[in-house]
Amino acid sequence: MKIGSYLRWLKQIQDSNFTFLHPPHPHEAGKPVLRLENVSVEYESGVALDNLSFELCPGERLAVLGPNGAGKSTLFKVIAGVLRPSRGLVEVAGYEPGKHICIAYVPQRSQVDWNFPLRVTDVVMMGRVGRIGLFRFPTEKDREIVQRALKTVRLETYANRQIGQLSGGQQQRMFIARALAQEAELMLMDEPLTGLDMNAQKELFDILDTLREQGVTVMIALHDMKIAAERFDRVVLLNQRLIGLGSPEEVLTADNLLMAYGGHLQLVTTKNGTIAVSDTCCDEGEHEHF
Amino acid sequence: MSIFDTILQPLQYAFMQRGIMAAILVGIVCAVLGTYVVLRGMAFFGDALAHAILPGVAIGYLIGGGAREPLFWWALLTGILSAIGIGTISRSTRIKEDTAIGIIFAGMFALGIALISSVRSYTVDLAHFLFGDVLGVRTSDLVLTAIFGTLILLVIFLLYKEFMVISFDPILAATLRLPVRLLDYLLMILISIAIVVSLQTVGVALMVAMLVTPAATASLLTRRLSTMMILASAFAALSGIIGLYLSYYLNLASGAAIVLTCTGFFLMIWSSTSILRQKTR
Repeated sequence: MKIGSYLRWLKQIQDSNFTFLHPPHPHEAGKPVLRLENVSVEYESGVALDNLSFELCPGERLAVLGPNGAGKSTLFKVIAGVLRPSRGLVEVAGYEPGKHICIAYVPQRSQVDWNFPLRVTDVVMMGRVGRIGLFRFPTEKDREIVQRALKTVRLETYANRQIGQLSGGQQQRMFIARALAQEAELMLMDEPLTGLDMNAQKELFDILDTLREQGVTVMIALHDMKIAAERFDRVVLLNQRLIGLGSPEEVLTADNLLMAYGGHLQLVTTKNGTIAVSDTCCDEGEHEHF
Repeated sequence: MSIFDTILQPLQYAFMQRGIMAAILVGIVCAVLGTYVVLRGMAFFGDALAHAILPGVAIGYLIGGGAREPLFWWALLTGILSAIGIGTISRSTRIKEDTAIGIIFAGMFALGIALISSVRSYTVDLAHFLFGDVLGVRTSDLVLTAIFGTLILLVIFLLYKEFMVISFDPILAATLRLPVRLLDYLLMILISIAIVVSLQTVGVALMVAMLVTPAATASLLTRRLSTMMILASAFAALSGIIGLYLSYYLNLASGAAIVLTCTGFFLMIWSSTSILRQKTR
């Protein structure tokens, strides 16, 4: 990552309680894994999130939908405890997110420096850094956990590859392995499907099914509403404020979509129902204010 | 004259022995830190920091009346303050960080020149700090270099995985609740200590080459961070030795000779890897 973008977002890191000073908080049983109450985020350039409230139960898989600039990345950064909301309350397993190390953020592939001299295992081992602790080195146990994580995402034969030599789908799976090594219970994935072919997408969802069995809660920012409708039980539609939350049938209605996408969306009615065609796409734009 | 004599003859001089030792030490320390400088795109920051310590050098010189120790400590103080200053300004205002770096860099360098010009008789001595004077290294300088060099390498070793994470993925570092800002400042401070320690070897003006060139050369050959550090150190140490011999036999400025050797290594590796890559295509 270049120093420019690096310093820009460093400005926004909150001064969290560091793990080596305060051990991570235990989880309160019976609490929702995630709870947002009237969360708002304002940048100098304007409002990014407006009065958001919702809850997530452990093991849920939620698609986060919305046009560019809807605040999907901002929402993830707030939940990850990397950005402090201007107003409102965020709780992960009953405590503020800055006290957890079980929240994994999987970056967009375009945000990563793929030339960095790292092998796949090195990146997955990074997930262990918070648990290993300052001034210590990985033990045999850490290496085993990394191996197991690589196996779960079916990358064990790629362990010694340089990260730039992986395909898009493999790169995405490597980050999932890193989240597993981190022992993440809440995973935030920013546009993981961008640039992946059908096969790679299917592989990714197979792995996400395994994660669901293990009780990992996953939030995925998406552009493709068809995939959201097919693969998710619950979706949330955002455009700075929350437009809809629920099953795809409830949320992805013509009215809601028009409200979220405005002029950027065309609705085509066919005999099979309503098809939404969005002309916004992919990476850029949303990250301008970072 | 046999090849043995060519190698041994300069070594009969104590100043050559000390110079070579200093060049190797400084080369290794700068190369290891330089790996982060290259990977994080901080070359301009390193160059600016090297120039920004000039006023510290000047004040140390004026106060100490030529003694080395005050000069070292003043340079160190200025270096650390500049690193923190650049970090803070680029983070807390709307000015872009390269602009902030440019402002501090030029301002401090000008202050240094102004201070030097106020005392004309010292001009020649201070020129050594602009371009280096590795053959003037004294045993006490060597001891300071060794102490601080070891300290830097020890910190890098102990915080290896943390520095790797904040350099590759700062958001991950934040979600792992690592002290990102603290580590960030620490790395900048380590770079400024390395610069002060290397001052006598290559001087302010050529410092950035020691930070960037060996690490860049190594980056062409490996895909592992630890290997990159080791290779960069090897290139830097070799450049120090070869550069000093070139300086001895061809009567060249020592700092320039070392940097030119570094550049030579880079061009050699860069062209051969480019040719190899084209052949395999």
